[in-house]
Amino acid sequence: MREIHAEQITEVVARLCSEANRQLPDDVRRTIRAARAAEDWQPACEILDRIIDNFELAGEVPICQDTGMACVFLEIGQEVHITGDLHEAVNRGVAKGYTEGYLRKSVVRDPIFDRVNTGDNTPAMLTIDLVPGDRVTITVAPKGFGSENMSRIAMLRPSDGLAGVKAFVLETVEQAGPNPCPPIMVGVGVGGTFDKAALLAKKALMRPMDDQNPDPNYAALEAELLASINALGIGPQGFGGRTTALAVKVNALPTHIAGLPCAVNINCHVTRHKTEVL
Amino acid sequence: MAHYDLTTPLSPETVRMLQAGDSVTLSGIIYTARDAAHKRLVELVEAGKPLPFEVEGAVIYFVGPTPAPPGHAVGAAGPTTSYRMDAYSPTLIRLGLRGMIGKGKRGEAVVEAMRRYGAVYFGAIGGAGALISQCIRQSEVIAYPDLGAEAIHKFTVERMPLTVVIDSEGRNLYQEGRRTYLAGRKD
Repeated sequence: MREIHAEQITEVVARLCSEANRQLPDDVRRTIRAARAAEDWQPACEILDRIIDNFELAGEVPICQDTGMACVFLEIGQEVHITGDLHEAVNRGVAKGYTEGYLRKSVVRDPIFDRVNTGDNTPAMLTIDLVPGDRVTITVAPKGFGSENMSRIAMLRPSDGLAGVKAFVLETVEQAGPNPCPPIMVGVGVGGTFDKAALLAKKALMRPMDDQNPDPNYAALEAELLASINALGIGPQGFGGRTTALAVKVNALPTHIAGLPCAVNINCHVTRHKTEVL
Repeated sequence: MAHYDLTTPLSPETVRMLQAGDSVTLSGIIYTARDAAHKRLVELVEAGKPLPFEVEGAVIYFVGPTPAPPGHAVGAAGPTTSYRMDAYSPTLIRLGLRGMIGKGKRGEAVVEAMRRYGAVYFGAIGGAGALISQCIRQSEVIAYPDLGAEAIHKFTVERMPLTVVIDSEGRNLYQEGRRTYLAGRKD
């Protein structure tokens, strides 16, 4: 059995926290540039130009001041044995990455009774999946809350069907308006249970912006939702324009005979995630 | 839609001249405050105590910057979503606050206070924290250092690019910009 020390994971998490907040993924850059080329509304063009300037300029300074909660995803191969405390190793990595990387610490100890900053951006929001093989895939996706706050979940009825899902997604984007820093990315999770739908939506935000859903039904739904959202006219920053969303990704799971959970997780144009394989 | 180069503090006349959709560059001193600092400021007002800076004519920037890396005055410093400050802004506007910089919608009570006392709501580009930080020449924490990124900073800014989103008559670029775009769209 392959052995990996927890400290190795600490180092990778620290590096990914810093890098994810400084370098926008290539697919996101490409999609924003393509949106700029397709935009013909002058105020929207100017804002997209500044958004492009911003990610090109970032490096020493992070792309955005909301360097997020550290969402960390581990895919651990079943043939790997990790020595040491894994949760502690991930949190140490987040603390190191956010402290040494001059990133903002944005986490409070308790949501209601003790809103005091933890000082090092811990704890990580950690999701662990066991997968075949002997590798560990580590993804850090810092999540800003301007867009997280605009996310919603609905337990739709089976009779609401496809139309209900479309209406809920559009209603969520309409309600969010200028608040989540459009142009946005929209992650949709349908099916599963209440919690799994939300996780599906979060994971949808990590799909490459320019990929295609392998299921033709969902590929068509993603394209239709993107077109409908971009017909709303909200535009970059909400000042009007074509580019309200850069991408819509829908992930699905089997669900109960009585249910149609639908979660919509919104991300801003600073859609950040970085992966490394150990 | 006009363009103005403005310097703080803002006079009542300047504020009344600005209209939704105007572009502005702002220079001078501005103060940062977000959720926790606003709560403390309003508690001071309610207790009849002095505020840590002169509010009359001031501009507050809703921002919590990242720590300054070596060689920089400040880290990334883009706007945070403004509606979370809606509970507090009317109190400060009543005391003479003339400008707020943020992003996103504002509540009716804020817009009413802006109309009544004369204040303007500027938008900075959300998510452009690295670009905006270049306009910030100096940064100094003047209150609540225990709040970390949420402390009140005194920023010296030079030609910070802003857009008038809601003017002192309550006109709103989010509504008007979208309407104009949709009316003129070809497809």
